[in-house]
Amino acid sequence: MGLMGTGILKGLGVTLRHFIDTYAEDLKYILNKSGVQQPRPLRRQSPKNRGLVTVEYPRERLPLPENFRYIPFLVYDTEKQDDKCTSCGICAKVCPPQCIWIVRTEDPVTKRPVPQPKEFYIDTTICMNCGYCAEFCPFDAIKMDHDYELSYYPNQEPSARLVHDKARLTKPDTYHASIHPTDWRRELEDRAAEEAKKKAAAEAKAKADAAKVSGGAAPSGAPPAAKPAPAAKPAAPAAKPAASKSSAEPAADAPAAPSDAAQAGESQ
Amino acid sequence: MAEETTNPPPAETPAAPKAAPTAKPASPASAGAKPAAAKPAAAKPAGHAAPKGPPLATLTPELVQLQQQFGESVITPAPYVGVLVNDPSKLRDVMTYVRDQLGFDMLANATAVDYIKEGYIEVVYHPQRSKGGQPITLKVRVPRGNDPVAPTEVAVPSLTPIYAGAEFQEREIYDMYGVRFEGHPDLRRILTWEGFYGWPLRKDWHEPYYEGDTKPFDSRWPGGHHELAEERVPWADNVNYPPGFDPLNFNANPDAGLYDTMISGVPGVEEIASNGHAQRSPQFKGVGAAVPVLDRNYNNLADEEELQTDQIIVNMGPQHPSTHGVLRMVVKLDGETVTDLKLVLGYLHRNHEKIGERNTWLHNIPYTDRLDYICGIANELGYVITVEKMMGIKPTERAEYLRVIMTELTRIESHFWAIGFLLNDLGAFYTPALYFITERDLILDLFESVTGSRLMCNYMRFGGVSRDLTEDQLMHARQLAFDRIPRKIDELEQLLTDNEIIKARTIGVGYLPADRSINYSLTGPCLRAAGVPYDIRRVDPYSIYDRFDFEIPVFYGADVYDRYRVRVAEMRQSLRIVQQALNQLDQTKPGDIQAGKKAYNHRVPAGEAYGRVETPKGELGFYLVSDGGQNPYRYHVRSSSFINLNSLKEMTVGHKVADAVVILGSLDIVLGEVDR
Ligand code: SF4
Ligand code: SF4
Repeated sequence: MGLMGTGILKGLGVTLRHFIDTYAEDLKYILNKSGVQQPRPLRRQSPKNRGLVTVEYPRERLPLPENFRYIPFLVYDTEKQDDKCTSCGICAKVCPPQCIWIVRTEDPVTKRPVPQPKEFYIDTTICMNCGYCAEFCPFDAIKMDHDYELSYYPNQEPSARLVHDKARLTKPDTYHASIHPTDWRRELEDRAAEEAKKKAAAEAKAKADAAKVSGGAAPSGAPPAAKPAPAAKPAAPAAKPAASKSSAEPAADAPAAPSDAAQAGESQ
Repeated sequence: MAEETTNPPPAETPAAPKAAPTAKPASPASAGAKPAAAKPAAAKPAGHAAPKGPPLATLTPELVQLQQQFGESVITPAPYVGVLVNDPSKLRDVMTYVRDQLGFDMLANATAVDYIKEGYIEVVYHPQRSKGGQPITLKVRVPRGNDPVAPTEVAVPSLTPIYAGAEFQEREIYDMYGVRFEGHPDLRRILTWEGFYGWPLRKDWHEPYYEGDTKPFDSRWPGGHHELAEERVPWADNVNYPPGFDPLNFNANPDAGLYDTMISGVPGVEEIASNGHAQRSPQFKGVGAAVPVLDRNYNNLADEEELQTDQIIVNMGPQHPSTHGVLRMVVKLDGETVTDLKLVLGYLHRNHEKIGERNTWLHNIPYTDRLDYICGIANELGYVITVEKMMGIKPTERAEYLRVIMTELTRIESHFWAIGFLLNDLGAFYTPALYFITERDLILDLFESVTGSRLMCNYMRFGGVSRDLTEDQLMHARQLAFDRIPRKIDELEQLLTDNEIIKARTIGVGYLPADRSINYSLTGPCLRAAGVPYDIRRVDPYSIYDRFDFEIPVFYGADVYDRYRVRVAEMRQSLRIVQQALNQLDQTKPGDIQAGKKAYNHRVPAGEAYGRVETPKGELGFYLVSDGGQNPYRYHVRSSSFINLNSLKEMTVGHKVADAVVILGSLDIVLGEVDR
């Protein structure tokens, strides 16, 4: 065991070193305030930091990693002015606690389903933030959010509560792009690749048609360029404007949200 | 591997005709079981696999020897895996032979499956050798009966005299399935409370707010409208009261039976043991299984004649920081010395296994994170490799490496936590704990940036992992593995290992020698601190652990101090593994993290498997039965924290009450896994 008490002294040495390291680190920070260094929370949480790592939330905030996942949101395509979700229901199936509820839109005349959700609920009280819905959605229509401060006061209006309806869930794709830049880039690439493929296919088809019937190629060759997805769209417009007007919130939210997001992203 | 993997060949293969006749003799034994309704082999995936004439297991040499010893009438091959002991009354003989002659000295796992269609409950045992190797599978069937409250008529002999580790597991089976165990020393409910109505893991038991047997629930899509479960008033029509139950006039004292077992001379222990379950008392109104009436004043035990000295019973917990969560230790004290100890579990019980049987195979992965939430990724690995075994798929190379890196980082992180809080229990409040939590948080930062969450990582997938590491993340991992954590482990040792106070408080405390530890099915660092080099990464390798150069640290003190030292040594070994894996990761193809196509609707071939991994706490096993459908038919978690607690009493009795806290800390339990 050696000399009685050496172990304790060694231990005290360790605590003393921690104590000094922390102040040394802070001193460096103060001297370096000119901005040469990384922002404080980032630096504090790096493996290289030798002192204390505490960050003074909520005054200081750690930047969230892109993959961070919290309650999902629905992506609204600002370009096409349309929900990306087609109400295919896969997310509701893969959701482990089964907290997604979807009502499909029906065409008022033909009663045929329109690929757009009429209602969409996520019961965030039981959502386990697993991220499956975002992972398995074939349309990149649902993504995991970064907003983790969801508490509300009992006297707040019901829309603030924890069962999120479609209006509350919908956020513009610009917001998605701002919090998930890598994912967004991949989406754009995917989309570009798909379009290129479609175009190539259309051209090939046009060429084949042209080869077959040299006369009828032009009229049949042009429309396929916008083939499968839009096929449903022309049918929708009747329902569409009404739908997006009646649930006016997403549109109203839309401009506000991205700037919020940008702030949240930078406010570290 | 040979024995535990399922036999995928369908029933139509030439093996089937052979299978059917041999399956026959199995059924008469299970008295009430409908004589093997095996014939109308329903082609539909619905229903349990057994009636389809499932493929019989190829027996391992040990099981063949067992069959020769006891004859074919006692031991017959069971469907899929292992053997069936036809007559429950022979079970003890068979198990004694298994332990003493075959050397399977440790009961890794005991659980049950409710085959409701066939009318029996199958109790499944997995004994194993502490020297290592695959466990074997033995099964016993008892008719389940249809009384929602009464336990099974036929009792299974308790294995507690043979394997002390069976005690809690049998209580769990009794609690969940209502299987009686003859000769069990303390057969009370363990995860639910005494007085709970029904047997919750039986297939016909439904909870309030019951929605459906399997997910996905129809109500969600299409056209589903949201409703809050709690708005369906708890006392409304989807809640079934037990017959005779009056919620307004309800007085139960579920603890009476518990205290009775701690007071000698009181008919309690004996009565419970001989009846298999406590008698229903006339005063007790309603609710299900019985509770002895509280007719003595437990607050004033000194007056009791049975306790001549001034022994008192003290409840520690369930909400005391030293119990590491909602664990309740009931200790009988003589002065400051613990003379008896009972655990009350289940405060965090949510019937994880029932949820797991409703979930699809994929749904279960994030749920396993919630078992032992300190080391979620390690739990995922256990589940995922078990299912992969059943599906017969293999993850990609890169995924294997990523799995190992993440799992070993989890081990380090979990040990940091364990040691920090052990120090808290010793009275060194939070200074050491916070130092180690810092390191842990840096590891969690990596988890968060890779998987999206710090604790509930949901990282593994069947055949792969969910995300690859980017360059930045790899950098972070390298910084941790090569620089920061080695330095911090040195610092930890400097701070603690030679500290005289720590030595005085821990050496010789909580002693449990190797043979007792094995008998108690103790696993993990606690077993290795008793000198048994039992680590599943070595004795039954899984994933790619056979490629790495690492040691299994072993100490021989079998006390709290050596449990601490084992953990420190293990962290160093885990670091070695992470370093090697990070170095070898370059040889794999970036981005190649998923074998096959990513799917969400897996079907697992009918069969069963017991798969296990070494988590930071010990052996985490998953016993899964598939009927070929989208959901597991049986999903059992062999939780190391739960089974390790079994031995707490023997470790603690005779020590001071302050040491009881330390001993509990040295076991390093997590209630999320204990209670499930
Ligand atoms: S969010 Fe995605 S998965 Fe869910 S219904 Fe819409 S399109 Fe389908
Ligand atoms: S994150 Fe998981 S639990 Fe939450 S809605 Fe998506 S799938 Fe369901």
